[in-house]
Amino acid sequence: MLKFQNTTKIYDKNHIGSIAKVALDNVSFEVNKKEFVSVVGKSGAGKTTLLKLLLAEEKPTKGRVFFDGQDVHKIAKPSIFHLRRRIGTVFQDYKLLPTKTAYENIAYVLEVMGYEDEEISRDVPEVLKIVGLSDKSHSFPAEMSGGEKQRVVIARALIHRPDVIFADEPTGNLDPYHTSEILKLLLNINNFGTIIILATHNKEIVNNLKRRVITLENGKLIRDEEKGRFVL
Amino acid sequence: MFCKNMLTLLKKTIKTGWLNFIRNSAISIATCFIIGMTIFLITSLLIMKDVADYLINVIQEKVDISIYLKDTVAEEEILVLKDEIAKIPEVKEVQYVSRAEALDRFVERYKNNPVVIESLAEVGNPLLPALNVKAWQANQYDAVVSFLENSPSKDLIDKVDYHERKPVIDRISAMTATFNALGIIMSLVLAIVAILVAFNQVRLAIYNAREEIAIQRLVGASNWFIRGPFLAQGAISGVFAAVGAALIFSIAIFILSPKLTVLFSGLSISGVFLSKFWLLFFIQLLVGIGLGVVSSIIAMKKHLEV
Repeated sequence: MLKFQNTTKIYDKNHIGSIAKVALDNVSFEVNKKEFVSVVGKSGAGKTTLLKLLLAEEKPTKGRVFFDGQDVHKIAKPSIFHLRRRIGTVFQDYKLLPTKTAYENIAYVLEVMGYEDEEISRDVPEVLKIVGLSDKSHSFPAEMSGGEKQRVVIARALIHRPDVIFADEPTGNLDPYHTSEILKLLLNINNFGTIIILATHNKEIVNNLKRRVITLENGKLIRDEEKGRFVL
Repeated sequence: MFCKNMLTLLKKTIKTGWLNFIRNSAISIATCFIIGMTIFLITSLLIMKDVADYLINVIQEKVDISIYLKDTVAEEEILVLKDEIAKIPEVKEVQYVSRAEALDRFVERYKNNPVVIESLAEVGNPLLPALNVKAWQANQYDAVVSFLENSPSKDLIDKVDYHERKPVIDRISAMTATFNALGIIMSLVLAIVAILVAFNQVRLAIYNAREEIAIQRLVGASNWFIRGPFLAQGAISGVFAAVGAALIFSIAIFILSPKLTVLFSGLSISGVFLSKFWLLFFIQLLVGIGLGVVSSIIAMKKHLEV
């Protein structure tokens, strides 16, 4: 379903006066349907770069990235939304629309996909309830805490039942209770067949999951184990 | 079904545009203000064009040439010549002034000057019958004079005062041409500057929303889905700006009109404005919505590359 093939990403390569930074160095791996994969590594190891390349937000310097057999960087920019609708993303920096409420941020994804109003008004409150934010549905991002924003992003990523959910540090701002709830939710979604890619620093989460773990270090894939552990 | 979906989408787009307009009220007000100023300026230029045309016309109305006929020519012959001159396409109006009429006008003009009146009583009526000719444009008198020079009725004419008046006519002709050209150039320059300022304001408003646009792209919105509410927001700004500009313009015209009427040789500015109100309002709406929408499309292009 997902394939990174000898993918290298170097930032600022052509920028005069700056030093090129290798974010990903010849990384290759595949993720199959129904898999739950944790991507671990220190800050700057290249986890977020994987997401950016998968969403075609950035182009690889070398190598290719495939989604469902299609090279994502060969898709024309105006048509890239078809790919992005199949990937639910939990961004580390939330990326919530500042002028929309929690409800509207989540509903936006459904509107984009052409859902009817009735479906939207049925599904959004349900998802808000799952992430424990029913009372915050009319709050704007600026009025919410980090943990609340993170839960809105998670709700937005899963509401349209995408093929893949890429969660970049989804529990970074959550208390242990909500961390555990969100993980249960991700595992539950995974049981229905959705691929989950979880990029995290949290050793405990990864070790408790006992699922596949990909370890990145300085942009290099140094370990890829079925039922792996957090080892850095 | 397709139509229903399109209608629903349009309704949602306008609703979202309106929400964005309200929620970004500071930027929206600034945008309305700038577009409104542009509309105000363009409306002023359109009104000024009418005023300038009227003033040029007033000046040209004051220009004419007189064809003095020999005092031996019979009135019937003069009237035949008058009809011939009236047929020249460049001629707007020909007026016959008989000797008696010319004398009456002369007496009326110098009635307070006893020396002139006394001299006149001694010499009798020294004035010649004349045909006063008005052309449509100041630069068309050459054609009238050349017609007379080649006319069989040439012998009836004592003199034409064209050559004496030519320098004044030429000056007026040149002045109106310059005024027209300057008016067009100035209007164009001002309109372009105003449009650029308005475009820049919309560009700033959209630059402010660049992160939002990027997020919309990343969560799977198509370019048109993103553009829609921004265009609606631009159009809403345009409508508000046009209505505001029309309102302020109307108030200004009615307050200033009496003073301007004195300044512009009796031209009623409010009359000009009222007679063209709906056309002007249509132009204002068109400029407002056009500026809002087109500026948004151009300004968004760069931010949709994510």
